[in-house]
Amino acid sequence: MSKITRLFLVLLTLVQPIFLFAQNDLMNLLDDKKPTTDYTTATFKTSRIVIGQSVENPAQGDMLFIITHHFGALNTGYENLFGLKQASIRLGAEYGLTKRIGFGLGLNTDRNTWDGFIKVKVLRQSKGARNMPVSLSIFGNTAIYTTKWEVPERTNYFSSRISYAMQIILARKFGNSLSLQLTPSYVHRNMVASYQDHNDVFSVGFGGRVKISERVSLNAEYHYLFPGQIKSEKVYSSLSAGIDIETGGHVFQIFLTNSAGENEESYLTATRGSWSKGDIFLGFNITRIFTIIPQKLGRD
Amino acid sequence: MRKFIFIAVLALLCSSGLLGQNFVTKNGNIRFYSEGKIEKIEAMNHQVNAAMNSQTGDFVFKVLMKSFQFEKALMQEHFNENYVESDKFPTATFLGKVANIKDVNFTKDGSYPATVEGKLTIHGVSHDVKATGTFEVKKDVVQGKAKFFVTLADYNINIPSAVVSNIAKAVEVTVDVTLEKFNK
Repeated sequence: MSKITRLFLVLLTLVQPIFLFAQNDLMNLLDDKKPTTDYTTATFKTSRIVIGQSVENPAQGDMLFIITHHFGALNTGYENLFGLKQASIRLGAEYGLTKRIGFGLGLNTDRNTWDGFIKVKVLRQSKGARNMPVSLSIFGNTAIYTTKWEVPERTNYFSSRISYAMQIILARKFGNSLSLQLTPSYVHRNMVASYQDHNDVFSVGFGGRVKISERVSLNAEYHYLFPGQIKSEKVYSSLSAGIDIETGGHVFQIFLTNSAGENEESYLTATRGSWSKGDIFLGFNITRIFTIIPQKLGRD
Repeated sequence: MRKFIFIAVLALLCSSGLLGQNFVTKNGNIRFYSEGKIEKIEAMNHQVNAAMNSQTGDFVFKVLMKSFQFEKALMQEHFNENYVESDKFPTATFLGKVANIKDVNFTKDGSYPATVEGKLTIHGVSHDVKATGTFEVKKDVVQGKAKFFVTLADYNINIPSAVVSNIAKAVEVTVDVTLEKFNK
Protein backbone atom coordinates (compact mmCIF):
# COMPACT_ATOMS: atom_id res chain seq x y z
CA MET A 1 0.00 0.00 0.00
CA SER A 2 1.32 3.35 -0.92
CA LYS A 3 1.56 6.11 1.63
CA ILE A 4 -1.07 8.09 -0.16
CA THR A 5 -3.62 5.28 -0.19
CA ARG A 6 -2.99 4.72 3.50
CA LEU A 7 -3.58 8.39 4.19
CA PHE A 8 -6.74 8.26 2.14
CA LEU A 9 -8.05 5.31 4.19
CA VAL A 10 -7.25 7.08 7.41
CA LEU A 11 -9.13 10.13 6.23
CA LEU A 12 -12.03 7.97 5.14
CA THR A 13 -12.36 6.44 8.58
CA LEU A 14 -12.29 9.94 10.01
CA VAL A 15 -15.00 11.06 7.63
CA GLN A 16 -17.30 8.18 8.41
CA PRO A 17 -18.13 8.99 12.05
CA ILE A 18 -18.46 12.68 11.32
CA PHE A 19 -20.96 11.84 8.63
CA LEU A 20 -22.95 9.71 11.07
CA PHE A 21 -22.91 12.25 13.83
CA ALA A 22 -23.88 15.25 11.71
CA GLN A 23 -27.47 14.89 12.87
CA ASN A 24 -26.35 14.68 16.47
CA ASP A 25 -24.35 17.86 15.99
CA LEU A 26 -27.54 19.53 14.85
CA MET A 27 -29.31 18.01 17.85
CA ASN A 28 -26.74 19.59 20.12
CA LEU A 29 -27.71 22.99 18.76
CA LEU A 30 -31.17 22.36 20.20
CA ASP A 31 -30.09 21.63 23.73
CA ASP A 32 -31.52 24.19 26.05
CA LYS A 33 -28.90 26.17 27.88
CA LYS A 34 -31.30 27.40 30.54
CA PRO A 35 -33.12 24.71 32.50
CA THR A 36 -36.90 24.77 32.66
CA THR A 37 -39.15 23.92 35.60
CA ASP A 38 -41.04 20.66 35.43
CA TYR A 39 -44.08 20.77 37.70
CA THR A 40 -45.44 17.51 39.06
CA THR A 41 -48.96 16.74 37.95
CA ALA A 42 -51.60 14.25 39.06
CA THR A 43 -50.26 13.51 42.53
CA PHE A 44 -53.74 12.11 43.10
CA LYS A 45 -56.41 11.32 40.53
CA THR A 46 -59.02 13.57 42.02
CA SER A 47 -59.64 16.04 44.83
CA ARG A 48 -60.18 13.25 47.43
CA ILE A 49 -57.80 10.55 48.55
CA VAL A 50 -60.64 8.44 49.91
CA ILE A 51 -63.03 10.53 51.96
CA GLY A 52 -60.70 13.41 52.82
CA GLN A 53 -59.24 16.17 50.70
CA SER A 54 -56.22 15.49 48.53
CA VAL A 55 -53.74 18.15 47.49
CA GLU A 56 -55.42 18.36 44.07
CA ASN A 57 -57.72 21.06 42.78
CA PRO A 58 -59.80 21.06 39.61
CA ALA A 59 -57.73 22.50 36.74
CA GLN A 60 -58.42 26.12 35.93
CA GLY A 61 -61.78 26.32 34.20
CA ASP A 62 -62.79 22.76 35.12
CA MET A 63 -65.79 21.80 37.22
CA LEU A 64 -66.05 18.58 39.18
CA PHE A 65 -69.27 17.01 40.31
CA ILE A 66 -68.76 14.59 43.14
CA ILE A 67 -71.38 12.22 44.44
CA THR A 68 -70.30 10.68 47.71
CA HIS A 69 -72.33 7.84 49.09
CA HIS A 70 -71.84 5.90 52.32
CA PHE A 71 -74.09 2.93 53.02
CA GLY A 72 -75.00 1.80 56.53
CA ALA A 73 -72.72 -0.31 58.70
CA LEU A 74 -71.84 -3.81 57.49
CA ASN A 75 -72.41 -5.31 60.97
CA THR A 76 -76.13 -4.48 61.01
CA GLY A 77 -76.96 -7.92 59.62
CA TYR A 78 -79.19 -9.34 56.94
CA GLU A 79 -82.32 -7.59 58.26
CA ASN A 80 -80.62 -4.35 57.28
CA LEU A 81 -79.04 -5.96 54.18
CA PHE A 82 -75.64 -5.27 55.74
CA GLY A 83 -76.16 -1.54 55.54
CA LEU A 84 -77.59 -1.30 52.05
CA LYS A 85 -80.84 0.08 53.44
CA GLN A 86 -79.22 3.26 54.69
CA ALA A 87 -77.49 5.99 52.83
CA SER A 88 -75.60 9.09 53.72
CA ILE A 89 -74.89 11.22 50.71
CA ARG A 90 -73.03 14.36 49.80
CA LEU A 91 -73.60 16.07 46.48
CA GLY A 92 -70.73 18.39 45.69
CA ALA A 93 -69.42 20.69 43.01
CA GLU A 94 -65.94 22.14 42.73
CA TYR A 95 -64.51 24.70 40.37
CA GLY A 96 -60.96 25.69 39.48
CA LEU A 97 -60.99 29.47 39.51
CA THR A 98 -57.27 29.80 38.78
CA LYS A 99 -54.35 27.43 38.56
CA ARG A 100 -54.02 27.73 42.32
CA ILE A 101 -57.47 28.52 43.72
CA GLY A 102 -60.38 26.11 43.80
CA PHE A 103 -63.65 26.35 45.66
CA GLY A 104 -66.57 24.06 46.22
CA LEU A 105 -70.04 23.63 47.62
CA GLY A 106 -71.70 20.56 49.03
CA LEU A 107 -75.00 19.37 50.42
CA ASN A 108 -74.89 16.53 52.95
CA THR A 109 -77.85 14.41 53.98
CA ASP A 110 -76.22 14.20 57.43
CA ARG A 111 -78.26 16.85 59.34
CA ASN A 112 -78.93 18.66 56.01
CA THR A 113 -75.52 20.20 56.19
CA TRP A 114 -74.35 22.68 53.58
CA ASP A 115 -70.64 23.16 53.24
CA GLY A 116 -68.53 25.59 51.29
CA PHE A 117 -64.78 25.48 50.95
CA ILE A 118 -61.75 27.01 49.37
CA LYS A 119 -58.49 25.21 48.61
CA VAL A 120 -55.38 27.11 47.60
CA LYS A 121 -52.24 25.57 46.15
CA VAL A 122 -49.40 27.40 47.86
CA LEU A 123 -46.45 25.27 46.72
CA ARG A 124 -46.22 22.97 43.75
CA GLN A 125 -43.77 20.09 43.65
CA SER A 126 -41.27 20.70 40.86
CA LYS A 127 -37.81 19.94 39.63
CA GLY A 128 -35.46 21.65 37.21
CA ALA A 129 -34.88 25.39 37.42
CA ARG A 130 -37.11 25.52 40.46
CA ASN A 131 -36.74 22.63 42.83
CA MET A 132 -39.56 21.99 45.30
CA PRO A 133 -39.80 18.62 47.05
CA VAL A 134 -43.47 18.86 48.05
CA SER A 135 -46.82 20.32 47.09
CA LEU A 136 -48.65 22.26 49.76
CA SER A 137 -52.29 23.33 49.75
CA ILE A 138 -54.35 25.09 52.37
CA PHE A 139 -57.95 24.09 52.78
CA GLY A 140 -60.68 25.86 54.72
CA ASN A 141 -64.38 25.17 54.95
CA THR A 142 -67.51 26.25 56.71
CA ALA A 143 -70.35 23.84 57.37
CA ILE A 144 -73.87 24.77 58.47
CA TYR A 145 -76.40 22.17 59.50
CA THR A 146 -79.97 23.12 58.75
CA THR A 147 -82.22 20.53 60.41
CA LYS A 148 -84.68 21.70 63.08
CA TRP A 149 -83.30 22.55 66.51
CA GLU A 150 -83.05 19.53 68.71
CA VAL A 151 -84.28 21.48 71.76
CA PRO A 152 -86.52 24.24 70.38
CA GLU A 153 -87.57 25.39 73.88
CA ARG A 154 -84.25 26.96 74.69
CA THR A 155 -82.73 30.03 73.05
CA ASN A 156 -80.92 28.85 69.98
CA TYR A 157 -78.44 30.92 68.03
CA PHE A 158 -77.83 30.50 64.31
CA SER A 159 -74.10 30.50 64.98
CA SER A 160 -74.52 27.22 66.86
CA ARG A 161 -75.15 25.54 63.52
CA ILE A 162 -71.75 26.47 62.17
CA SER A 163 -68.44 24.66 62.24
CA TYR A 164 -65.16 25.35 60.52
CA ALA A 165 -62.32 23.14 59.36
CA MET A 166 -58.83 24.03 58.27
CA GLN A 167 -56.20 21.71 56.84
CA ILE A 168 -52.63 22.06 55.73
CA ILE A 169 -52.13 19.52 52.98
CA LEU A 170 -48.57 18.44 52.33
CA ALA A 171 -48.04 15.92 49.55
CA ARG A 172 -45.27 14.38 47.52
CA LYS A 173 -45.41 12.22 44.43
CA PHE A 174 -42.60 9.66 44.56
CA GLY A 175 -42.16 8.59 40.98
CA ASN A 176 -45.08 7.56 38.89
CA SER A 177 -46.95 5.23 41.19
CA LEU A 178 -46.55 6.32 44.82
CA SER A 179 -47.95 9.48 46.37
CA LEU A 180 -48.06 10.29 50.09
CA GLN A 181 -49.81 13.02 51.98
CA LEU A 182 -49.67 14.49 55.47
CA THR A 183 -52.72 16.46 56.56
CA PRO A 184 -52.79 18.24 59.92
CA SER A 185 -56.38 19.33 60.57
CA TYR A 186 -58.12 21.71 62.89
CA VAL A 187 -61.89 21.78 63.37
CA HIS A 188 -63.75 24.40 65.34
CA ARG A 189 -67.34 23.69 66.32
CA ASN A 190 -69.33 26.62 67.65
CA MET A 191 -71.51 24.31 69.70
CA VAL A 192 -70.63 20.94 71.14
CA ALA A 193 -72.77 18.27 72.79
CA SER A 194 -71.30 18.66 76.25
CA TYR A 195 -69.08 20.96 78.30
CA GLN A 196 -66.63 18.04 78.41
CA ASP A 197 -65.98 18.34 74.70
CA HIS A 198 -63.50 20.73 73.21
CA ASN A 199 -64.71 23.19 70.62
CA ASP A 200 -61.32 23.02 68.92
CA VAL A 201 -60.41 19.54 67.74
CA PHE A 202 -57.02 18.64 66.33
CA SER A 203 -56.04 15.64 64.26
CA VAL A 204 -53.36 14.62 61.83
CA GLY A 205 -54.02 12.69 58.66
CA PHE A 206 -51.80 10.27 56.75
CA GLY A 207 -52.83 9.22 53.28
CA GLY A 208 -51.47 7.79 50.12
CA ARG A 209 -52.01 5.93 46.94
CA VAL A 210 -50.18 3.24 45.01
CA LYS A 211 -50.95 2.84 41.34
CA ILE A 212 -51.44 -0.77 40.32
CA SER A 213 -52.00 0.12 36.67
CA GLU A 214 -52.16 3.34 34.66
CA ARG A 215 -55.78 3.85 35.61
CA VAL A 216 -56.26 1.96 38.88
CA SER A 217 -54.79 2.71 42.28
CA LEU A 218 -55.14 1.58 45.88
CA ASN A 219 -55.76 4.42 48.30
CA ALA A 220 -55.81 4.67 52.07
CA GLU A 221 -56.27 7.41 54.59
CA TYR A 222 -56.06 7.65 58.38
CA HIS A 223 -56.86 10.69 60.50
CA TYR A 224 -55.44 10.29 63.98
CA LEU A 225 -57.66 12.12 66.45
CA PHE A 226 -55.61 13.31 69.42
CA PRO A 227 -57.13 11.78 72.59
CA GLY A 228 -58.97 13.66 75.33
CA GLN A 229 -60.72 16.16 73.09
CA ILE A 230 -64.17 14.57 72.91
CA LYS A 231 -65.36 12.88 76.10
CA SER A 232 -69.16 12.91 76.00
CA GLU A 233 -69.24 10.01 73.55
CA LYS A 234 -66.88 7.44 72.13
CA VAL A 235 -65.41 8.65 68.85
CA TYR A 236 -62.65 7.08 66.81
CA SER A 237 -59.99 8.06 64.38
CA SER A 238 -61.20 7.84 60.79
CA LEU A 239 -59.70 5.05 58.70
CA SER A 240 -60.63 4.46 55.08
CA ALA A 241 -59.22 2.34 52.30
CA GLY A 242 -60.32 1.76 48.77
CA ILE A 243 -59.65 1.62 45.09
CA ASP A 244 -59.60 4.40 42.47
CA ILE A 245 -60.67 3.57 38.95
CA GLU A 246 -60.21 6.24 36.35
CA THR A 247 -62.02 6.15 33.05
CA GLY A 248 -62.15 8.98 30.49
CA GLY A 249 -63.92 11.79 32.34
CA HIS A 250 -64.85 9.93 35.52
CA VAL A 251 -63.05 8.77 38.61
CA PHE A 252 -64.76 6.02 40.59
CA GLN A 253 -63.64 5.46 44.16
CA ILE A 254 -64.97 2.46 46.03
CA PHE A 255 -63.96 2.11 49.66
CA LEU A 256 -64.58 0.93 53.19
CA THR A 257 -64.57 3.40 56.06
CA ASN A 258 -65.61 3.71 59.70
CA SER A 259 -66.93 7.25 59.12
CA ALA A 260 -70.62 7.59 58.42
CA GLY A 261 -70.49 11.23 57.36
CA GLU A 262 -68.81 12.95 54.47
CA ASN A 263 -67.82 16.47 55.39
CA GLU A 264 -64.67 17.38 57.33
CA GLU A 265 -66.36 18.23 60.61
CA SER A 266 -68.18 14.92 60.49
CA TYR A 267 -65.35 12.49 59.74
CA LEU A 268 -62.75 14.35 61.83
CA THR A 269 -64.82 14.80 65.01
CA ALA A 270 -67.77 12.44 64.76
CA THR A 271 -66.50 9.09 63.51
CA ARG A 272 -68.51 6.81 65.77
CA GLY A 273 -67.76 3.57 63.99
CA SER A 274 -65.02 1.21 65.08
CA TRP A 275 -63.27 -1.06 62.60
CA SER A 276 -62.67 -3.70 65.28
CA LYS A 277 -66.40 -3.84 66.12
CA GLY A 278 -67.35 -4.12 62.47
CA ASP A 279 -68.89 -0.65 62.17
CA ILE A 280 -67.64 -0.48 58.62
CA PHE A 281 -69.40 1.45 55.89
CA LEU A 282 -69.18 0.62 52.22
CA GLY A 283 -68.98 3.80 50.18
CA PHE A 284 -68.19 5.25 46.82
CA ASN A 285 -67.36 8.59 45.21
CA ILE A 286 -68.14 9.30 41.61
CA THR A 287 -66.29 12.30 40.22
CA ARG A 288 -67.26 13.67 36.83
CA ILE A 289 -65.09 16.36 35.29
CA PHE A 290 -66.45 19.02 32.94
CA THR A 291 -64.43 21.63 31.13
CA ILE A 292 -66.26 24.95 31.49
CA ILE A 293 -63.58 27.26 30.12
CA PRO A 294 -61.21 25.49 27.69
CA GLN A 295 -57.51 26.13 27.96
CA LYS A 296 -56.06 28.31 25.22
CA LEU A 297 -54.02 26.56 22.59
CA GLY A 298 -52.40 29.77 21.31
CA ARG A 299 -49.10 31.20 22.32
CA ASP A 300 -48.95 32.68 25.80
CA MET B 1 -2.15 11.24 -6.00
CA ARG B 2 -2.69 14.74 -4.70
CA LYS B 3 -6.14 14.52 -6.19
CA PHE B 4 -6.95 11.75 -3.67
CA ILE B 5 -6.05 13.93 -0.74
CA PHE B 6 -8.01 16.79 -2.21
CA ILE B 7 -11.14 14.65 -2.63
CA ALA B 8 -10.76 13.17 0.84
CA VAL B 9 -10.44 16.58 2.45
CA LEU B 10 -13.37 17.83 0.44
CA ALA B 11 -15.48 14.87 1.57
CA LEU B 12 -14.46 15.58 5.15
CA LEU B 13 -15.46 19.21 4.86
CA CYS B 14 -18.74 18.46 3.13
CA SER B 15 -19.96 15.79 5.48
CA SER B 16 -19.06 17.68 8.60
CA GLY B 17 -21.40 20.34 7.37
CA LEU B 18 -18.81 23.07 7.38
CA LEU B 19 -19.88 24.17 3.96
CA GLY B 20 -23.57 24.25 4.74
CA GLN B 21 -25.64 26.72 6.65
CA ASN B 22 -27.50 25.66 9.78
CA PHE B 23 -31.07 26.83 10.25
CA VAL B 24 -32.59 26.61 13.72
CA THR B 25 -35.79 27.36 15.62
CA LYS B 26 -36.79 26.96 19.26
CA ASN B 27 -40.41 27.96 18.90
CA GLY B 28 -41.77 25.97 16.02
CA ASN B 29 -45.31 24.63 15.99
CA ILE B 30 -46.65 21.11 16.01
CA ARG B 31 -50.35 20.39 16.13
CA PHE B 32 -51.87 17.02 16.47
CA TYR B 33 -55.41 16.18 15.77
CA SER B 34 -57.37 13.03 16.38
CA GLU B 35 -60.89 12.59 15.17
CA GLY B 36 -62.43 9.69 17.04
CA LYS B 37 -66.02 8.54 16.69
CA ILE B 38 -67.06 10.40 19.80
CA GLU B 39 -64.75 13.34 20.23
CA LYS B 40 -62.10 15.41 18.56
CA ILE B 41 -58.79 15.89 20.31
CA GLU B 42 -56.49 18.70 19.37
CA ALA B 43 -53.19 19.70 20.95
CA MET B 44 -50.68 22.41 20.14
CA ASN B 45 -47.02 22.74 20.95
CA HIS B 46 -45.42 26.11 20.31
CA GLN B 47 -41.99 25.28 21.71
CA VAL B 48 -40.75 22.88 19.10
CA ASN B 49 -36.99 22.75 18.57
CA ALA B 50 -35.78 22.02 15.06
CA ALA B 51 -32.55 22.36 13.12
CA MET B 52 -31.60 21.77 9.51
CA ASN B 53 -28.43 21.91 7.47
CA SER B 54 -28.92 23.36 4.01
CA GLN B 55 -25.98 21.42 2.56
CA THR B 56 -26.46 17.94 3.90
CA GLY B 57 -30.23 18.15 4.29
CA ASP B 58 -29.95 16.81 7.83
CA PHE B 59 -33.13 17.75 9.65
CA VAL B 60 -33.74 17.12 13.36
CA PHE B 61 -36.54 17.84 15.79
CA LYS B 62 -36.73 17.74 19.56
CA VAL B 63 -40.11 18.14 21.21
CA LEU B 64 -40.88 18.33 24.91
CA MET B 65 -44.03 16.26 25.41
CA LYS B 66 -45.21 18.29 28.41
CA SER B 67 -45.35 21.39 26.18
CA PHE B 68 -48.39 20.07 24.31
CA GLN B 69 -51.42 22.11 25.28
CA PHE B 70 -54.94 20.71 25.15
CA GLU B 71 -58.25 22.49 25.50
CA LYS B 72 -59.22 20.13 28.27
CA ALA B 73 -56.78 19.98 31.17
CA LEU B 74 -57.90 16.42 31.87
CA MET B 75 -56.91 15.32 28.38
CA GLN B 76 -53.52 16.92 28.90
CA GLU B 77 -53.15 15.05 32.18
CA HIS B 78 -54.14 11.74 30.60
CA PHE B 79 -51.85 12.37 27.62
CA ASN B 80 -48.84 12.89 29.91
CA GLU B 81 -49.76 10.36 32.59
CA ASN B 82 -51.33 7.46 30.73
CA TYR B 83 -50.46 7.61 27.06
CA VAL B 84 -47.02 9.04 26.31
CA GLU B 85 -45.76 8.77 29.92
CA SER B 86 -43.92 12.08 29.83
CA ASP B 87 -42.06 11.48 33.08
CA LYS B 88 -40.41 8.38 31.62
CA PHE B 89 -40.09 9.69 28.06
CA PRO B 90 -39.93 13.48 28.28
CA THR B 91 -39.05 14.19 24.66
CA ALA B 92 -39.93 13.04 21.18
CA THR B 93 -37.17 13.30 18.58
CA PHE B 94 -36.85 13.10 14.85
CA LEU B 95 -33.51 12.43 13.14
CA GLY B 96 -33.79 12.62 9.40
CA LYS B 97 -32.94 14.15 6.12
CA VAL B 98 -34.53 16.26 3.46
CA ALA B 99 -34.32 13.75 0.61
CA ASN B 100 -34.36 16.36 -2.13
CA ILE B 101 -32.30 19.08 -0.43
CA LYS B 102 -30.54 19.82 -3.73
CA ASP B 103 -33.84 21.03 -5.18
CA VAL B 104 -34.17 23.75 -2.56
CA ASN B 105 -32.39 26.95 -3.48
CA PHE B 106 -31.74 28.72 -0.21
CA THR B 107 -30.48 31.83 -1.97
CA LYS B 108 -33.64 32.40 -3.95
CA ASP B 109 -37.02 33.25 -2.43
CA GLY B 110 -39.76 30.85 -3.30
CA SER B 111 -41.68 27.74 -2.37
CA TYR B 112 -40.07 24.35 -2.83
CA PRO B 113 -41.70 20.94 -2.40
CA ALA B 114 -39.76 18.69 -0.07
CA THR B 115 -39.69 15.11 1.13
CA VAL B 116 -38.39 14.40 4.61
CA GLU B 117 -37.45 10.92 5.77
CA GLY B 118 -36.08 9.71 9.04
CA LYS B 119 -36.54 8.13 12.42
CA LEU B 120 -39.27 9.41 14.70
CA THR B 121 -38.96 8.45 18.38
CA ILE B 122 -42.02 8.81 20.60
CA HIS B 123 -42.67 7.05 23.92
CA GLY B 124 -39.20 5.49 23.62
CA VAL B 125 -40.08 3.70 20.37
CA SER B 126 -38.47 4.55 17.01
CA HIS B 127 -40.09 4.21 13.63
CA ASP B 128 -39.19 5.31 10.13
CA VAL B 129 -41.47 8.02 8.85
CA LYS B 130 -41.75 9.94 5.61
CA ALA B 131 -43.56 13.20 5.06
CA THR B 132 -44.02 15.56 2.18
CA GLY B 133 -44.33 19.27 2.58
CA THR B 134 -42.90 22.55 1.47
CA PHE B 135 -40.03 24.86 2.26
CA GLU B 136 -40.69 28.53 1.78
CA VAL B 137 -37.50 30.54 1.49
CA LYS B 138 -37.77 34.21 2.29
CA LYS B 139 -34.55 36.12 2.77
CA ASP B 140 -32.70 34.45 5.65
CA VAL B 141 -35.71 32.52 6.88
CA VAL B 142 -36.98 29.10 5.82
CA GLN B 143 -40.49 28.05 6.74
CA GLY B 144 -41.04 24.31 6.67
CA LYS B 145 -44.53 22.84 6.60
CA ALA B 146 -45.59 19.23 6.50
CA LYS B 147 -48.45 16.97 7.44
CA PHE B 148 -48.32 13.26 8.18
CA PHE B 149 -50.00 10.57 10.24
CA VAL B 150 -48.69 8.79 13.31
CA THR B 151 -50.19 5.41 14.18
CA LEU B 152 -50.36 5.23 17.97
CA ALA B 153 -49.95 1.47 18.14
CA ASP B 154 -46.56 1.76 16.38
CA TYR B 155 -45.24 3.62 19.40
CA ASN B 156 -46.66 1.29 22.05
CA ILE B 157 -49.29 3.84 23.00
CA ASN B 158 -52.17 1.73 24.22
CA ILE B 159 -55.72 2.94 24.11
CA PRO B 160 -57.90 1.10 26.65
CA SER B 161 -61.01 -0.49 25.18
CA ALA B 162 -63.29 1.79 27.23
CA VAL B 163 -62.14 4.88 25.33
CA VAL B 164 -61.14 3.27 22.05
CA SER B 165 -63.89 5.08 20.15
CA ASN B 166 -62.78 8.46 21.54
CA ILE B 167 -59.32 8.37 20.05
CA ALA B 168 -58.35 7.87 16.42
CA LYS B 169 -55.91 5.05 15.68
CA ALA B 170 -53.78 7.41 13.61
CA VAL B 171 -53.41 11.05 14.57
CA GLU B 172 -52.71 13.79 12.09
CA VAL B 173 -49.53 15.71 12.82
CA THR B 174 -49.04 19.15 11.31
CA VAL B 175 -45.58 20.69 11.49
CA ASP B 176 -44.94 24.36 10.89
CA VAL B 177 -41.46 25.61 11.75
CA THR B 178 -39.86 28.90 10.85
CA LEU B 179 -36.14 28.25 10.77
CA GLU B 180 -33.66 31.07 11.01
CA LYS B 181 -30.00 31.21 10.03
CA PHE B 182 -27.82 30.06 12.89
CA ASN B 183 -24.40 31.67 12.84
CA LYS B 184 -21.68 30.44 15.09
